[in-house]
Amino acid sequence: MKYTITSFFAGLIFGFGLLISGMANPEKVLGFLDIAGAWDPSLALVMVGAIAVGVVAFAIARRRHLSFLGFDMRLPKADEITTRLLVGSMLFGAGWGLAGFCPGPGLVALGAGETKAVVFVAAMVAGMALFQLLERRHAAVSA
Amino acid sequence: MIQIAWESFTPWSALIGGLVIGLAAALFVLLNGRIAGISGILGGLLTPVRSDIGWRVAFLAGMILAPAIWVAFAPMPAIEVNASYPVIIVAGLLVGVGTRYGSGCTSGHGVCGLSRFSLRSLLATLTFMVAGFVTVFLIRHAFGG
Repeated sequence: MKYTITSFFAGLIFGFGLLISGMANPEKVLGFLDIAGAWDPSLALVMVGAIAVGVVAFAIARRRHLSFLGFDMRLPKADEITTRLLVGSMLFGAGWGLAGFCPGPGLVALGAGETKAVVFVAAMVAGMALFQLLERRHAAVSA
Repeated sequence: MIQIAWESFTPWSALIGGLVIGLAAALFVLLNGRIAGISGILGGLLTPVRSDIGWRVAFLAGMILAPAIWVAFAPMPAIEVNASYPVIIVAGLLVGVGTRYGSGCTSGHGVCGLSRFSLRSLLATLTFMVAGFVTVFLIRHAFGG
């Protein structure tokens, strides 16, 4: 229960951060991605602010086996640079540049009642389901 | 030469919003021991593990309810979506497939991964940033927007 409540608040605060920073607005994100036009560097400062806090938090987290609430620390162990990582990121970046939405802002804009964000999130979930389907087929073929 | 759009640049709200995003990621890892990666939290619901469903739904509910709670205290910031519906659908599919193959998005790789000094996340972040720059360049400048 505690785990669920802290998850809710982490999501809520994350959403507030996206609203405050302007990153829930795809037009603002595209202003950053448009380096050949009139460039809006705001997104870079969002990353600077988030990473400044994150560096401290992860430095503490790295030294612990359990979280402050006593849950297992589940930090990623993967460190291989794979084709999947790069091709996947490339496809994600292309989609991000097309509409200006990445997953978090898509969800926040959906919550704000933006119809296009509802469509975006539905398509994104469909894309994730397609990935699962391809993975399962791949596993079945290699088994 | 890069031209900065000074009239749309919002350094303070960007920095403060960024700190708040960092705070959310910090709380999540320090209290729950997890990476606040939105695509992973959402994607994990498609192969549900019973004990995992509750917290994943709670996190996503927090994000979705953020605007409704926000407007109780402050005016809602602008959200402008200019892409057409067909483009939105293609974008959503690419973001869905891409983030799952690439194991993360702007939050998991960008914010959390860079904060952990992960080389894997740095390469992922550079890759999706460059892909984003190229895509916007093609749409707005090469093919005329």
